[in-house]
Amino acid sequence: MSGAPRLPPAARSIVAGDRRALARAITAVENGDPAARPVVRALYPRTGHVPVIGLTGPLGVGKSSLLSALIGRLRAAGRSVGAIAVDPSSPFSGGSVLGDRIRLERRADDDGVYFRSMASRGEAGGISAATREVARLLEAAGFSLIFVETVGSGQVDVAIREVATTSVVVLVPHLGDEVQTLKAGLFEIADVFDVNKSDLPGAERAARDLSELASLGRSADGWSPRIVRTSTTAPMGLDELWAAIEAHERFLDDSGARATGERRRLAHEIAERVRERVGRDVVGRLQRDRELRDLLDRVAARGIDPASAADRLYRDRYRAR
Amino acid sequence: MVRRTKTGPIRVLIAKPGLDGHDRGAKVVARALRDAGMEVIYAGLRQTPEEVVRAAVEEDVDLIGLSILSGAHMALFPRILTLLRQEKAQRIPVFAGGIIPDDDARRLKKAGVRAIFGPGTSLEEIVATAQRLARGPA
Ligand SMILES: Nc1nc2c(ncn2[C@@H]2O[C@H](COP(=O)(O)OP(=O)(O)OP(=O)(O)O)[C@@H](O)[C@H]2O)c(=O)[nH]1
Ligand SMILES: [Mg+2]
Repeated sequence: MSGAPRLPPAARSIVAGDRRALARAITAVENGDPAARPVVRALYPRTGHVPVIGLTGPLGVGKSSLLSALIGRLRAAGRSVGAIAVDPSSPFSGGSVLGDRIRLERRADDDGVYFRSMASRGEAGGISAATREVARLLEAAGFSLIFVETVGSGQVDVAIREVATTSVVVLVPHLGDEVQTLKAGLFEIADVFDVNKSDLPGAERAARDLSELASLGRSADGWSPRIVRTSTTAPMGLDELWAAIEAHERFLDDSGARATGERRRLAHEIAERVRERVGRDVVGRLQRDRELRDLLDRVAARGIDPASAADRLYRDRYRAR
Repeated sequence: MVRRTKTGPIRVLIAKPGLDGHDRGAKVVARALRDAGMEVIYAGLRQTPEEVVRAAVEEDVDLIGLSILSGAHMALFPRILTLLRQEKAQRIPVFAGGIIPDDDARRLKKAGVRAIFGPGTSLEEIVATAQRLARGPA
């Protein structure tokens, strides 16, 4: 590491494989703890090179079971794997039951796997800037591939695109009919469709329907979604699933789409952070600031509409002069 | 290690080590803790002590709650406490629920289990104790 700037001790521990240091840093990132900032900043230049594989799909389709099965295969091939499983927080209590770890089968002493459960903490989907930072921490800790599981708020978490290099949308056979009515977004985010629970009847038909729909869908970037069938219980199709994921990763390299995708994700991440800060700032000022309280009063009295008030506020406070 | 300068929700690991069957009680407790605003990592049935401790470290929990019915507690709990020390994670308080005879409960508490709840304990008491243990001095 000669020539590289010296890392802060906490960052050094993470790079050296200290799991407790990694665990603590992840917590700090999740909490938006300022103590995490120097660590995240110091490790950032070392990141951006490993595949991030997203698994999304409706509740209970088998995402965690697939994750466990894929981790097993990758470990057998000698690859180290980090995994993040996101579950929704309760809008009422803010608490959460994070149950994805139940499916994880791995040797407890295997340092080649790190599995972390995350609550969405108010994000509608679940994927947030914090998820991306946690993925980067896992990469900096040396994991050669990162999985992110998320169920999101609807049937799939479209925000998976903002973190994953390859997105797998997991469905099951009896969703075959519903697939027709699934939002267009589904086809925009899926690099791979997996019909899991293909040990159940109807899998073939679901896969056929999907490939018809997919053929109508996107190929703007030159990739047409692959469709595979798996069963984690049979088990079957797991090699094909992995091959489809790898094919997409190869496509990213061969086509140059990896770099453009990364730029798009980073732009989104920066924008999201600015949006979040400005949003908080505005809410605070509308209560504290004399002038802005007056503005809010006028909106409340129907003297000026919210959009015009927002224009004025943006122009006066945030546009660089 | 990053120093904690800001705290988020309490993170608690709920697991059911040992070989016996159902996890209804553990799930009820998990939900009560969630409703009290905690993030509950639910690891499920048949966890080995090694798996429990691995999960506690990776998930950076503030607290571990173990449910047990099998009578194997006198072997499992001390093993978990030993492994936590080996991982330098002994600061994480451990509480237990299940059918544990008084004599055993006394010995487990001496060994470092911080609270033990019998079958009749109210959820309010469990939640209050969990909050106190998780936020107590490290
Ligand atoms: N028949 C069948 N059942 C499966 C298969 N894969 C998973 N399951 C079962 O489906 C249920 C849900 O599995 P999970 O892996 O937890 O599903 P998930 O999508 O991660 O669930 P959430 O995270 O709660 O959305 C479990 O009871 C699994 O045993 C499969 O290939 N075939
Ligand atoms: Mg899951």
